[in-house]
Amino acid sequence: MSQFLAIVVDGVIYSSWLFIIAVGLTLIYGVMKILNVAHGSLYALGAYAASSLGGYWLSGGHAPMGSYGMLVIAAVVVGLIAGPLIERGLLRFMYGKDEVVLVLVTYALFLILEDLTKLAWGVDPISIPEPYGLLGNVDIGSLTYPTYSLVLVGVSIAVGLALALVLNATHSGKLLLAVIHDREMSSAMGINVGRVYLVTFTVGAMLAALGGALTAPTISVQPGIAADVIVLAFAVVVIGGLGSLGGAALGAVVVGMVRAWAVHEFPQVELFSVYAVMALVLIMRPKGLFAVPEARKI
Amino acid sequence: MQIHLSSITRLLGYATVFGVAAILLLGNAQAEERKPIRIGFVTFLSGPAAGPFGVPAKIAAEAIVESINAGKVPSPYNTKGFGGTPIELVIIDEAGGTTKQVSEFRNLVERQNVDFVIGYISSGDCLAVAPVAEEMKKLTVLFDCGTPRVFEEASYKYVFRTRPHATMDAVGAALYLKEMQAKVKTYAGINQNYAWGQDSWNDFSAAMSVLKPDATITTSQMPKFGAGQYGAEISALIQSNSDIIHSSLWGGDLEAFMLQSVPRDLYKKSELVLVAGEPYLQRLGTTIPDGTIVGARGTHGVFAPATPLNAWLKELYKAKAAGVLPTYPVYSTALGFLGLKAAYEKAKITKLSASIPMGANKGVKDEMEKAYNVGPSEEEVIAAFEGLSFESPSGRMVLGLGKGHQALSGTAYGMTKIVDGKVTVINIRNYPVDRVQPPEGMASADWIKSGMKPSK
Repeated sequence: MSQFLAIVVDGVIYSSWLFIIAVGLTLIYGVMKILNVAHGSLYALGAYAASSLGGYWLSGGHAPMGSYGMLVIAAVVVGLIAGPLIERGLLRFMYGKDEVVLVLVTYALFLILEDLTKLAWGVDPISIPEPYGLLGNVDIGSLTYPTYSLVLVGVSIAVGLALALVLNATHSGKLLLAVIHDREMSSAMGINVGRVYLVTFTVGAMLAALGGALTAPTISVQPGIAADVIVLAFAVVVIGGLGSLGGAALGAVVVGMVRAWAVHEFPQVELFSVYAVMALVLIMRPKGLFAVPEARKI
Repeated sequence: MQIHLSSITRLLGYATVFGVAAILLLGNAQAEERKPIRIGFVTFLSGPAAGPFGVPAKIAAEAIVESINAGKVPSPYNTKGFGGTPIELVIIDEAGGTTKQVSEFRNLVERQNVDFVIGYISSGDCLAVAPVAEEMKKLTVLFDCGTPRVFEEASYKYVFRTRPHATMDAVGAALYLKEMQAKVKTYAGINQNYAWGQDSWNDFSAAMSVLKPDATITTSQMPKFGAGQYGAEISALIQSNSDIIHSSLWGGDLEAFMLQSVPRDLYKKSELVLVAGEPYLQRLGTTIPDGTIVGARGTHGVFAPATPLNAWLKELYKAKAAGVLPTYPVYSTALGFLGLKAAYEKAKITKLSASIPMGANKGVKDEMEKAYNVGPSEEEVIAAFEGLSFESPSGRMVLGLGKGHQALSGTAYGMTKIVDGKVTVINIRNYPVDRVQPPEGMASADWIKSGMKPSK
């Protein structure tokens, strides 16, 4: 198998993982203008919930294939509980405040959720490796890849397409785009902006939790995973342009491919490569590759 | 010679005053003695290092202190407390980075008024705290961090490390490969991209270039700490077709790497060397492929000698950790407490010996020992600690480097084999201290490059 093919396959798999963890972040920023640092905590909650629920399912002697359903259910449950709780219980009191204040608020939330997960699950790592190996392997050239990794690519594409479809081809999506474009005008036109915010944040939280839940079988879930992913997710959305769905997809592909290339060709610069690309993009396009020009309001 | 009655009366008067003063002073001293010795214990209670290292160390510290205070530690540590004085712990979370740890250290000394500090798992924290301990003149025992730089780049009076530094991890692995895997022609590495991972790889590759000069490096992967996803690295390692893969990964990173690499058949062609793999044998279980070479960063855990002290630690820890066997951080914790206890009690005996007149009979000695039953000063403990040799569950430790402040010991490596669904370690090889540690006054990197001549 040529080196090139290995780089492409590894890059695509990594990009799909990045997209799943970053898409919720960019959606929330696009609609609500909140750079949600607690996104990493929601990812961690999804991973912990999936490990617990999946572990419970498997230890109960149920069909192993059902564990995939448990991963998705865990993500939905986390999103449906944490999303509205955070949005209605905290964030709605902060709307209208400076974006920096909201970053600080979500950072505080990140710290609180980090401790809450520790209280609930302790500090010992937990893992649910079964779903990772259940689907077997696929040989691509001389390399073997778990089918699970390739399924993740499909899930990532499906999530991206579904979001694009909802945003551009449904009534609710168009209302949401209107709020993104001009919150005040949308409100004046009778759109229930509060409800749009609630739904958006809940969907964003669900996507973060889905990222965590689908990652859980491949890692050891432990304290600290929230901080590890949030930095990467920021890099992806900043490259693509904050708030842009297409930007998040492109950012994920750029980061994933550059990282895979660095790992294969120049492993000593792997860590540097991702942030070098981010810096280059920001020098040329300070608001990211897909940033939408902002209309000046008078 | 004439003795006047008035002189005798005056002498008696002086003696009475002196006696009363002595009793008052000794009474105060004994009251002081009853006050527990406060020890600040710093370990990770949160963050990625808490699960594999920090929390086991905390559980061990609490159990060890309880056992020491009850006088239940086997000989030579069977006196209660430190020389009869009970000890108590003030536990601090090591998470948060070096700046926070320096503040926490100052708090421990100035607000918590601890007598000694035992702590630090992270090499970065050790390097940051050591100069502050020196500045604040507080005896500090580094119990788990591995970087050789602590005493190779500086000299300290108040800082001690009761476990050997990390050079022996890399050198021991290379020695094991030379003995057990003579056909190694190529090797690769996957290590975390921070001080520990880089030092481990640099030391290992340098040791290999001395011991196996014909073996070549195929790739050195350095994912960031906490990367989580290793797909591309595993592909690169598979494509490298290396005979050996060296890794110092630990915690969740190691577990994730194993979960992702085993299904991809990485170990069909390559054998894995995990220099810090011992704590994960129980957790990873049968995920670890047969033939994986593992170290415990010393003669800890499965490599510990069968002694009463080792049996004591195993039983003590199992009782507090739901039957889980102790791993190397638990042994490091024991080294910290037992090393300090040995130094404290040696200092106390030295002080007592100096106080008792030569030729005094046993009765006088006993009375004086009771009367002078005061703890040694910090300076006296330091004097006793320097160059100390003490027994531990991991064997004998000798503070033979860093001008008597850095412990030395041999190390061991072995190979995993699944037997009846359980991981066992076979083909264990022990390496004496002079083969895995540099001599006093020589930096580890220079010693490895110069051919690793056995130190004397």
